[in-house]
Amino acid sequence: MELLKLLGVLIVIVGFALKLDSILIIFLAIVVTALAGGLGFGGMLEQLGASFTGNRSMAIFIMILLITGTLERNGLREAAAELMHKVKGATAGKLVAAYGVLRGLLGAFNVGFGGVAGFVRPVLMPMAEGAIRNTGREPDPDHLEDVKGMASAMENITWFFWQVLFVGGAGGVLVQTTLADLGYQVELVDLAIVEIPVAIVALVFTAIRFILKDRKLVAKYYGTSLSSGASKQTDSTSDGRK
Amino acid sequence: MKLIQIGTGASTVLLNIVWLIIGFVAIYAGIKNLLDKENPSRYGTALFWGAFGVACAFGTWLPNKVTGALVLIMCIPAIFRKVKVGHEDTPTKEYTASQFGKIGMKIFLPAMMVAIFSLCFALFTNISSMVGITCGTIVSMILLHAYSKKNTPKVFLNDSERFLSMMGPLCMLPQLLGCLGGVFNAAGVGEVIAGLVENVVPKGNIVVGIIVYAIGMVLFTMIMGNAFAAITVMTVGIGAPFVLAYGANPVVVGMLGLTCGYCGTLCTPMAANFNIVPVAILNMKDRWGVIKNQVMTAMVLLVFQIIYMILLS
Repeated sequence: MELLKLLGVLIVIVGFALKLDSILIIFLAIVVTALAGGLGFGGMLEQLGASFTGNRSMAIFIMILLITGTLERNGLREAAAELMHKVKGATAGKLVAAYGVLRGLLGAFNVGFGGVAGFVRPVLMPMAEGAIRNTGREPDPDHLEDVKGMASAMENITWFFWQVLFVGGAGGVLVQTTLADLGYQVELVDLAIVEIPVAIVALVFTAIRFILKDRKLVAKYYGTSLSSGASKQTDSTSDGRK
Repeated sequence: MKLIQIGTGASTVLLNIVWLIIGFVAIYAGIKNLLDKENPSRYGTALFWGAFGVACAFGTWLPNKVTGALVLIMCIPAIFRKVKVGHEDTPTKEYTASQFGKIGMKIFLPAMMVAIFSLCFALFTNISSMVGITCGTIVSMILLHAYSKKNTPKVFLNDSERFLSMMGPLCMLPQLLGCLGGVFNAAGVGEVIAGLVENVVPKGNIVVGIIVYAIGMVLFTMIMGNAFAAITVMTVGIGAPFVLAYGANPVVVGMLGLTCGYCGTLCTPMAANFNIVPVAILNMKDRWGVIKNQVMTAMVLLVFQIIYMILLS
């Protein structure tokens, strides 16, 4: 009969794997676990209310939303694009690496500036194409496909491993409350400090790897013979600068 | 280091103010959508944000059973997909560009205020980071208003509603998973999993426990597509009984457990938001094009974190 208590865990695993509605899965898992664990309906409401009240730290993102939209309204994305334009001697690989540094550093301050839809597609990709054209080559579609993959990967990696450095982010708060339920009291700032080496390894390793990978791709798609200064044209529309 | 110290009474009052503000922002979102004729589901949307807002703002004083009922009520419109987006007042490109022309790089100052306050409160006071984030947000709003008189309180409220609606009910996932973790604990789920795992994994060996916990986090996250869902189950079932019970540092094991899960997120198409949606947004040909670029980093970080946990445990 003890195994019945695991029904909720099973619902979570199977439910997420089958891509059912996330809130439905959690709703069912809560109800089934509470009933199978002998809490009863009243006990379930009691426990649910206590957990919700104790977990309100996770709603702190709503406080931050008071400024998120207004920062965007006042030109945060344009400011980030301006910073990216300062990268000198850019190749597509170096631009992706520079994007990772900017995204990571701002991520540690819990500041997003557009993501794939809002920044990579409208700003970073035109800049990368411009960088390739600046060396007198016509961008190869397969090369661009790789650059897109690297840019999205950089976006995810830096956001995941640098946002945990923000004291009060959802990840740290979830770990804090999970540990508190188990009887371990930990401070959010200590959880953030532990992640510093991980964040650095994630960014440095990925940045170096992508710069080297892009160098190989350039050799593969365009050959090494073309001298970089051969026909240097600056296409003012294609690199996204006005 | 803790230069400013306040008593628990004052601390509770400050936290209650934080929950009241957050609750009222959510209630505002509910009312705005209720009155919004462009919203295809005014009542469901209002019920969702309203129930959440009331539970959040008044949870301190409401009986737990009432808050629990509000949480269940809040889930219903979300499950039936009746939480919709109404009128969207997205700023035009021309507007944001002209604001950038006026404000320029100074925009980073209010952008970073929240994190700076949060960190300073954590380092130099014994006041909750939540209060620090709130103070940072308020200072940030004052700066934004000083930069441009067009940034009125109504603009902040409407922009927060715009982002809440854009994120939709899924933004409540972490908090609901936290509730699920609480229910798992109350029902004794951890003990049952631990009893099963005990048959396979020897108890008492921290190194083996850490490796099983870390790899388990990766695999669970890959199956579920969500590290937040995995960490509640794994920490209760394996992290606590096989690693923490033998004296490992909970700060290191708990937090790195989550980022081991993130390594799983990097490797799975189940995390569609991160790995599949960008393929569509960028018109890529290869569905696995993002994941392929992430696997190597994920492996390196997993090994690094396992060694890190073993060394610091």
